[in-house]
Amino acid sequence: MPTMNMLQAINNALDIAMAEDEKVICFGEDVGFFGGVFRATSHLQEKYGRARCFNTPLVEQGIIGFANGLAAQGSVPVAEIQFADYIFPAFDQIVNETAKYRYRSGDLFNVGGLTIRAPYGGGISGGHYHSQSPEAYFAHTPGLKIVVPRNPYQAKGLLLSAIRDPDPVLFFEPKRLYRASTGEVPEEDYQLPIGEAEVIREGTDITVLGWGAQMEVIERAVELAEKEGISCEVIDLRSILPWDEDTVAESVLKTGRLVITHEAPLTGGFAGEIAATIQERCFLYLESPIARVTGLDTPFPLTLEKEYLPDHLKIFEAIKASVAF
Amino acid sequence: MTTTQDIHAPDFLAGDEFSIPTFRLLRQDGTLFEGAEAPTLERDQALKIYRTMIATRVLDERMMAAQRQGRLSFYMQCTGEEAAVIGAAAALDDADMIMSQYREQGALVYRGFSYDEFMNQLFGNELDYGKGRQMPIHYGSRKLHYMTISSPLATQIPQAAGYAYGQKMAGDGHCTLCFFGEGAASEGDFHAALNMAAVHEVPVIFFCRNNGYAISTPSIEQFAADGVAPRAFGYRMHVIRVDGNDILAVLSATREARRIAVEENQPVLIEAMTYRLAAHSSSDDPSGYRSKKEEEAWREKDPILRMQHWLVAQGWWNDDEEKSLQESLRREVLETMKRAEKRPPPPLDSLVTDVYADVTPALQRQLDRLKTHIRKYPEAYPRGARSLDPDVSAHDDAANEGGA
Repeated sequence: MPTMNMLQAINNALDIAMAEDEKVICFGEDVGFFGGVFRATSHLQEKYGRARCFNTPLVEQGIIGFANGLAAQGSVPVAEIQFADYIFPAFDQIVNETAKYRYRSGDLFNVGGLTIRAPYGGGISGGHYHSQSPEAYFAHTPGLKIVVPRNPYQAKGLLLSAIRDPDPVLFFEPKRLYRASTGEVPEEDYQLPIGEAEVIREGTDITVLGWGAQMEVIERAVELAEKEGISCEVIDLRSILPWDEDTVAESVLKTGRLVITHEAPLTGGFAGEIAATIQERCFLYLESPIARVTGLDTPFPLTLEKEYLPDHLKIFEAIKASVAF
Repeated sequence: MTTTQDIHAPDFLAGDEFSIPTFRLLRQDGTLFEGAEAPTLERDQALKIYRTMIATRVLDERMMAAQRQGRLSFYMQCTGEEAAVIGAAAALDDADMIMSQYREQGALVYRGFSYDEFMNQLFGNELDYGKGRQMPIHYGSRKLHYMTISSPLATQIPQAAGYAYGQKMAGDGHCTLCFFGEGAASEGDFHAALNMAAVHEVPVIFFCRNNGYAISTPSIEQFAADGVAPRAFGYRMHVIRVDGNDILAVLSATREARRIAVEENQPVLIEAMTYRLAAHSSSDDPSGYRSKKEEEAWREKDPILRMQHWLVAQGWWNDDEEKSLQESLRREVLETMKRAEKRPPPPLDSLVTDVYADVTPALQRQLDRLKTHIRKYPEAYPRGARSLDPDVSAHDDAANEGGA
């Protein structure tokens, strides 16, 4: 089995999808001959031609509006937004159009073929506009699916699922891990399920939940906790919308404790939704308050990035506090 | 690529060097301008266009009245713009995609959307293709290649560019025509769409209805330039301005635009100059921002009368035919309205279907909770309750009358 980094896995998934179905079309800013600023679309234009892999003018609302129309026509667009921070000009197209296309037309028309890829997250000295994690803005929008992979194997399997899914999918890629995360990735076609969380470590004392780049941080925190004799169950949510309530609830019914962590700010972050749902479903089994370890309610800072981020030590402290409650 | 020639003094240009003429063939009295040549138009198609215009106006007048009577929650008329909209639709192949803003019901009538189909949407009943989810006038038809309308302005313009790109890739010789008003052309999506369409060479016709007003905002407060048409130069796009009340000019211009789009894979912008004779919508009263005198002046340029005069001159139409058409359409509108009003609303389950291709477990749980609640208070939710328990529905038929 070949070893790939996350970019190679994404590139490989796009290659497979384009080879399989000529309706799959990749586009965005610098996506064409150059292969994308992170090189996720390398060689795709060479292989499949300019008509199926091309640069667009620099206009995010245009990219997604164009993609909506293309998907409504029956094509399978995979649109790239260069940084998740720049998805907001397309917010109207995504929230008012993409998400509501099938519902508002009574299923006469849909944009189910659409996948929107966007690098997200901090830890790369990206400051305000190359670090954001906007998943919670979109989680408030019925009709969208939101997926975040944590490693190359997941990135490939989940992206292939997203492209073939009958609903529009926002696919947020943890850019800090693009080259940092490597692993064995099957060369052949495979898919991972959307809407299902994955228990990646079983434990009995506490459930620790996150997604994307934060999973690596959770692993480090859990190693510290295990050394202190705390048995942690670790869950990768993988899909933010729809999210796998059952797997999380089942885990918390067993452990009685929950720590949720994400890079995005606390207030209105997706951890709030999870916490509310789990206290509703697991009220009699909770032995301590549900803890949220997140970014601060500030714009994403440059110099004090390390202090801002919900790192392994902050998660470790939250685990200890929860167990000692 | 940018081409330029050098100058050596700061000579600014303001665009006044260009002036865009208006393409016109037909005078208001139904005769052609000198040197003008009518497009090829068979008697059958001419009469179909004319009957579509009348059918649209009859529908509009009756349904605005129905809204005033409280039988309908909302309505918008196409009045005054029938030639622009129907002329454009008549120039297309019936399988070309049409993406509309909301004031283009005439194009749907032209393609054969029946009064029943209109009414089912307007009343949001169980037969509405949109399952009663959107406000009145947000029509859509897959079989007639008419994209479902949405309220956010201009969002359909870049979508039309993308749809047309897909048509080009499919190689089936079809194009997309996208309608929008001159107000919507101020949205960022207009710019995004025209630029992308020109760069990617897609077979799309951008059709702007410049009717002078965006609700209360006159076009002089919408743009400082000579209308919308000159913007095409900035994108290097084919453009024409046409008298939107002149059916022959609109038909002729749109036919040629379609040829350019399909044969040359080039986008085209058409600016149709017209006037919104009616209020913006049933929620608007134009007497607050424009004069009766102005409206009267435009009523004299009525596009339907202009075509009627031409048809009579061709020997294709007369007063008796006019009278009988008007009467039969009025009767039909009333009958279909009564039918649609009485039909039950869509079933409660349709609240959660089509959000996704399949109902998610979380959404199913929400629906189940709602059903339990409605069973407890069926009187408070008559529309929803009737599809849960048949006995409740019969009981609440009386309470179910009125607005949506």
